[in-house]
Amino acid sequence: MSDVLVFAEHKNGHLPKTTLVALGAGLELAAKQAGKCVVVAAGEGTEELAAHLAGYGVAEVIALEHPALKNYVADAHAQALAALAKELGVQAVLASATAVGKDLMPRLAARLGAPMASEVIAFGEDGTLVRPMYAGNVLATVELSGPLRVITVRATAFEVAARGQSAAPVRKVAAAIDPSALKTELVSFEETKSERPQLSEARIVVSGGRGLKAGENFKTVLEPLADALGAAMGASRAAVDAGFVPNDLQVGQTGKVVAPQLYLAVGISGAIQHLAGMKDSKVIVAVNKDEEAPIFNVADYGLVADLFKAVPEMVEEIKKLKHS
Amino acid sequence: MKILVPTKRVPDPATNIQVLPDGLGIATENVKWVINPFDEIAIEEALRIKERLGTGEVVLAAVGQKSWQEQLRTGLAMGADRAILVLNEKALDSIAVASLLAKIVADEKPELIIMGKQAIDDDSNQIGQMLAEMLGWPQATFASKVEIKERRCTVVREVDGGLETLAFALPAVITTDLRLNEPRYASLPGIMKARKKELKEVPAESLGVELTPRLKVRALRPPSKRQAGRKVSSVAELVNLLHSEAKLI
Repeated sequence: MSDVLVFAEHKNGHLPKTTLVALGAGLELAAKQAGKCVVVAAGEGTEELAAHLAGYGVAEVIALEHPALKNYVADAHAQALAALAKELGVQAVLASATAVGKDLMPRLAARLGAPMASEVIAFGEDGTLVRPMYAGNVLATVELSGPLRVITVRATAFEVAARGQSAAPVRKVAAAIDPSALKTELVSFEETKSERPQLSEARIVVSGGRGLKAGENFKTVLEPLADALGAAMGASRAAVDAGFVPNDLQVGQTGKVVAPQLYLAVGISGAIQHLAGMKDSKVIVAVNKDEEAPIFNVADYGLVADLFKAVPEMVEEIKKLKHS
Repeated sequence: MKILVPTKRVPDPATNIQVLPDGLGIATENVKWVINPFDEIAIEEALRIKERLGTGEVVLAAVGQKSWQEQLRTGLAMGADRAILVLNEKALDSIAVASLLAKIVADEKPELIIMGKQAIDDDSNQIGQMLAEMLGWPQATFASKVEIKERRCTVVREVDGGLETLAFALPAVITTDLRLNEPRYASLPGIMKARKKELKEVPAESLGVELTPRLKVRALRPPSKRQAGRKVSSVAELVNLLHSEAKLI
């Protein structure tokens, strides 16, 4: 038997899709190991969130409470979670590989003296884990040995947990935190304001690359297309490096990994590192004037065209379609 | 201020990576080896901090084989002052590498550690955070801006949905994101000078760290290839197919 503790990342009590994926993965791993899945919501005043989490088919929900956990900061969360993992005696701690998961889980692993596998995409029957390396050009089957394992999962690789009828017991736990070891102050969070869906949660993603030529063209050319489709905006690393758009739009090995229903790559050549971030999308469309661009090797529909003509035309066609 | 910059040697990011037929490694002939691009950004940031303060020392570190000297020399040519190579031939996991680096830190006593957020070979994104925990230091990962004033450090981090600002007193560990800076190239005089700079070698076994990996790679394989689809001739055809065939718009 082998129990799994899932860290439920939340923003002011709201659960992003990536957390539901972590729950789905945690339930799958626990079932494979004939263990139970326990989920923890850390923060201050997490009762409501904990009660909500109880409906996802888990064995128990822990509301881990402490004023120092009100906002996410690595040192406080690593301390509190490590103490909880030990108290529960679980054999695995799992989170989604979001900015928070990536920041927290290695620190937690070091605190627990446990080995860790990042961005896992599948669980083997024999206890092995599958994870991408080299920008997704290699899939490695890895094994973590020892009594406790730390895992982050790639949000595009697992199904979200489903809410059911039954509710698991909720237990409130006062977090064990040594305040003298808290050395980090969260000064501010500046949210990127957007009416569009989040990149990692969107059904459709419209991404631009170096072919857009300037940052303002993301606004004047690409945004109307994203708006017409109700899509999230993304970008290639080349576009980020050129300063066209902020890094949180970056799709690729060094940015976000997405797998929407529809991915439109506009003016993106398709470097290995970009493909690593989007090649699991259901349908890929590429618009590029260079017919030799590698992006066409992964695209379901490719259009060789000047994007500055083709994209406004697409916007018109989509609008026509919606009005017909 | 003494700044330690742990680095890794990796295949050039443009390399077309091929898995060996036995599934136990990647083909290394024709691979050009470089400093991990995120670590290059870390070296650049350390050099800028030293230049701004007008004083200090930038010390590079790496855990690897003798051949890694080459990449450390490149870092020295960029302007770092000296380098430490922890010699090790076998596969290590992140915990072991972080533990070895913690030993170097105990010896060198830097006030700041700056390193790449992830190495682009295993893409693990773990060692900076592990090292911070082992040392009991604050961490600021995915940094896009670093400011230091009188031993107090403010870091802007690239997180999901926006930018977060953290502040803490040094010592601390910072890991770099892409937009922090654009690394300089090594100049010819820099390359000449680098030859004479100190590059100390330390055998990993001498540091008293448990090196047996608890993350073991059992097998490697290439991912299944996505099939190329078809080319369409016009925007109207494309939109029509997305509507009637893919049923996505």
